[in-house]
Amino acid sequence: MFQTSHARLNELRAQIARIERGTLAAPGQTVSIGAPEIDRTLPHGGLALGALHEIAGAGPDTEHGAAAALLTAGILARTTGPVLWAMEQADLFAPGLASVGLHPDRVVFAEAGKAVLATMEEGLRHPGLAAVVGEITGHFSPIAARRLQLAAEQTGVLAIALRRSRRFDDPALMQPTPAMTRWSIAVLPSPPALPHAPAVLGLGPARWRLMLTRCRGGAPGTWITEACDATGRIHLVPDFADGSAAATERLRA
Amino acid sequence: MPLVVVGNDGRRQTIVAADAAATALGLRPGMALAQAQALVPGLAIHPMEPDADAEALRRVAAWCLRYAPLVAPDPPDGIWIDATGSTHLHGGEAAMLHDLTARFAAFGMATQSAIADTPGAAHALARFGQAAPHANPATTALFPLEALRLPSPLCESLRLLGFDRIGQLADTPRAPLVRRFGSIVALRLDQLSGAVFEPIVPTIPAALIQARLSFVEPLLTAPAFAAVIDRLTALVCTDLANAGQGARRLDLLFERVDGATPAIRIGTARPSRDPRHLARMLTERLERIDPGLGIEAMRLIATRTDMALPTQTAALSQPTDAPIAALVDRLSNRLGAARIFRHEPVESDVPERSVRRVPALHRNGGTNWPADLPRPVRLLDPPQPVETMALLPDHPPLAFTWRRVRHRVRHADGPERIAGEWWKRDGEMRSVRDYFRIEDEDGHRFWLFRRGDGDDPTTGDRRWFLHGFF
Repeated sequence: MFQTSHARLNELRAQIARIERGTLAAPGQTVSIGAPEIDRTLPHGGLALGALHEIAGAGPDTEHGAAAALLTAGILARTTGPVLWAMEQADLFAPGLASVGLHPDRVVFAEAGKAVLATMEEGLRHPGLAAVVGEITGHFSPIAARRLQLAAEQTGVLAIALRRSRRFDDPALMQPTPAMTRWSIAVLPSPPALPHAPAVLGLGPARWRLMLTRCRGGAPGTWITEACDATGRIHLVPDFADGSAAATERLRA
Repeated sequence: MPLVVVGNDGRRQTIVAADAAATALGLRPGMALAQAQALVPGLAIHPMEPDADAEALRRVAAWCLRYAPLVAPDPPDGIWIDATGSTHLHGGEAAMLHDLTARFAAFGMATQSAIADTPGAAHALARFGQAAPHANPATTALFPLEALRLPSPLCESLRLLGFDRIGQLADTPRAPLVRRFGSIVALRLDQLSGAVFEPIVPTIPAALIQARLSFVEPLLTAPAFAAVIDRLTALVCTDLANAGQGARRLDLLFERVDGATPAIRIGTARPSRDPRHLARMLTERLERIDPGLGIEAMRLIATRTDMALPTQTAALSQPTDAPIAALVDRLSNRLGAARIFRHEPVESDVPERSVRRVPALHRNGGTNWPADLPRPVRLLDPPQPVETMALLPDHPPLAFTWRRVRHRVRHADGPERIAGEWWKRDGEMRSVRDYFRIEDEDGHRFWLFRRGDGDDPTTGDRRWFLHGFF
């Protein structure tokens, strides 16, 4: 019973999506965020292609967006084809992107200065790309976001807005945008590399708190994960892996 | 041996031009040849060839088409380049001028160049403005009268009246000046300031593939221009196909009724003769064109072409990077080709040298960086110094301060020792960096390094730097 109603629900969602878009782009095509446990809670079972998604750092990482860039690169590693990465100033270090599985041959960088949004839109209108990433510093107007969303819908290209700001907790990052999902990624202290010998020098996998703060057609959530591995996958921290919903509730309380 | 070029001024032979050696010996243009020969025995003399000079100037002007679509020779010794809307393709005005002079120097030609808002100001600045890099009214006011492009007898008579500088002339009431010397003085002053528009009549080498359409009525609207662009690109692409060529650079000139010639230039990353793609790139840049009172003709010129195999237009059916080539072209025309790039691994241990920018359509060999070395995702360039607190010289610090924020180190991993590449740079003969990956108490991860191995001072001064973020 549950299965059938779930399938019916998905069918209706797809129908509504088709009406909303008015295009024939295949609905429901997704790319995994990196962990199946998180994918299951998203409306289409992953990040929808042909839609705009937002990823922002938190705290001091708002400025550099290092963790956000790693998560983005991990997602892109699971797509196939060239990707366009637009930024104001080139401060990305390609070996770091390659370390989560994004091969350098696939990434075309655009050092776009003030024209990041225009560059993104240009890229999204080209069906030959797998994804377009734009690093947007500060304010991101809803009108611009809507334009990007429409451009992405037409071609089915994944669009990721990597939000950055010179200020921690910039109110501009909190304003609503028409993005399909909105993620906030904060770093947490990681446990010692060797739990039985904390004094020994070493670094284990970094630890992230991944927050889905907005999700069209789905519920927000929070997960504690390990940072992307060499193939761009993220793993829920074992303590919570048995029931991520419970972990979510606990953290939200 | 000093060399002079001589011409005939009607009565006698005079020097027209002298090279550096001859100038050093006191020979000046305008001097009688007999006098010069008396001063310098064994002088090399070459007769003046005005036609050959003009032809050579035209050829140099045609070469300058690489910088902008509108170029014209300015006899006897100048070249106009209308750089409007083209400088960003060369990295800005200063970079373009630098490139221009460097290339001419490589050809063995000494040049003086300047960029200004009007042709008159650029003319004056290139010849008289060695000190001032950019023209403004205050600097041009101090230029001598010759900078106004007035005939030299006129300059002489003005000087008799006490005018030495352009500024003095500009401050004088116009009417008496014009009555005494003719309208040319007022015209040149206005051309210098931009009050009167001075068109540059472009030179177009006849051998280039081009198409021109002229209209019965002047055109004014963007849709009309777009329709003309479609027809022009179709014509040019047919010619390109017949010649087995693809366009690398296209110039579209708009011949305005008032004589001005605004232009659009586009470039492609690989030779193309796809009319749709080229027309779209041209149409996108229409907004930069001011049609004024109307455009009476348009001309499309393929100023740079490369061989393109006939299979190239059929490439749409194959899974090549053709679609991304179109995207790269359009982004390059918007941002400048240097800003669209890929990263390619370079075999170097020094982190900032392990990455090289290559053109976006460059075929990488599929190489990647070694997977076992942890590398940050953002790199600070240059590395920023940090204050550290360390107990032992060859251990990671206990805490460090960057931008007045103190980070206490909770976990650290390292060192990864990177030695200088002494086979590339002499200064790195003994230098060493020790890299540590560090996590602070909030969980932020940093890439710190210490110059030197912490023991031997010749390997580095033991200062700490922040180089990146994970």
